[in-house]
Amino acid sequence: MSFLRKVGLLAWKDLRAEFRTKEMISAMLIFALLVIVIFAFAFDPSRDEVRSIFGGLIWVAFFFAGILGLNRSFANERLNDALHGLMLSPVDHSAIYFGKLLGTWAFMTIVEVIALPVFIVIYNYAPSGSWLLAIAVILLATLGFVAIGTFLAALTANTKASEVLLPVILFPIIIPVVIGAVEATRGVFGGLPLDDFVTWFKVLAVYDAIFIAVPFLLFEYLLEV
Amino acid sequence: MPQQKPATRPSAGLRPGRGGLGSIAVITFILIAVAQYMIFMYVPDDATLGLIQRIFYFHVASAWNALLAFGVVFVASILYLAKGERRYDALAYSSAEIGVLFTSLVLITGPIWGKISWNQWWTWDPRLTTTLILWFIYVAYLLIRMAADEPEKRARFAAVFGILGFIDVPIVFFSIRWWRTIHPVVISWQGAAMEKSMLQTMIVSFVAFSFLFVYLLINRLRVEAMQDEVAQLKERLQGTR
Repeated sequence: MSFLRKVGLLAWKDLRAEFRTKEMISAMLIFALLVIVIFAFAFDPSRDEVRSIFGGLIWVAFFFAGILGLNRSFANERLNDALHGLMLSPVDHSAIYFGKLLGTWAFMTIVEVIALPVFIVIYNYAPSGSWLLAIAVILLATLGFVAIGTFLAALTANTKASEVLLPVILFPIIIPVVIGAVEATRGVFGGLPLDDFVTWFKVLAVYDAIFIAVPFLLFEYLLEV
Repeated sequence: MPQQKPATRPSAGLRPGRGGLGSIAVITFILIAVAQYMIFMYVPDDATLGLIQRIFYFHVASAWNALLAFGVVFVASILYLAKGERRYDALAYSSAEIGVLFTSLVLITGPIWGKISWNQWWTWDPRLTTTLILWFIYVAYLLIRMAADEPEKRARFAAVFGILGFIDVPIVFFSIRWWRTIHPVVISWQGAAMEKSMLQTMIVSFVAFSFLFVYLLINRLRVEAMQDEVAQLKERLQGTR
């Protein structure tokens, strides 16, 4: 079996388990919507300034919702010692990392694709710009978030107070993704020319590459028992 | 008595001799005293900023120490993962604590200076913001150490995060810098052409603070070694009971 196929099977396992209950996806989705609704009370949602901060709002909601998914990704495997089963299966340990990454990436993207139109409607926002670019931003930024998030979730799953620890150690590390995602989204939805925000695509791409490579090298150290 | 893994056994090399520490303490004390004299008596008031400029000798020297400390964390973390020896873990932990201490000092002295010379406590300048994120990253490092209970696992997780965090810092800095060029920059940094006596004072402060770092680090390592010893003694006691 090729490496890619193993990764795909591991991700598929998570997706199938999730689609039987839809427990996590529905919690993430509702939480993302709630964050946006809470924001509406933090300032006047009908003001014009909303246009300039919309990109920031949606990413705060997505990243907060993403934390819920990440917290479960390895914690679930601790039930019945399933993680040991995974580690004993004849795959490279990095395949477990990439499988988990793909699964969480899929969950988050599904949540984002459903939630984004709702956000646009309830804030009366009129995005301009290319939808293709918007999708690219969403995929790239979410990948960066889950790449490092999956890695750190594997770390915190083995500690006491894991659910509290993950956001505290993850958010300082993903500051570049936050900046890149917010600025690129602002550029795309604001209908600015591509030259104005292409830097942020590069930042996201470079960050993704680095923070897939580093966990790939170090993941082995998190799984040793 | 249960067999111990080599990773948890305190290494003999961890515990520095008493004599070396004494002379470092004396040198550090003299250097700090000289630096204080130069900062408060020798150097003249800054022509534009006045008295408050003197806080900069502490501020910049603390920033230097923080950087030094986190560099040590990075190298010690790599060495720990490569060799699995307890002393590298102790070194990384001790250095991270001292680094957080000096980063806190940077973050405290900075706004005091900023309030007087910029007329505001804080600006979202790349350097300030990166320092703040740096503080968060290494506080997270200390939190990981608190949350993992087995010593060997704690050391391994902390080392992984120590490497990850250090790699992240330059990326954070550059992304914040590009971010700030898109937004209006309120305050720009003037190129600092320093007067001769100021430069002398700055260099003495740097050297004095570097010695302070080494002194604190060695002391902190001794505390780690003692804690290991206490843990071992406790284990032996339980074995004989």
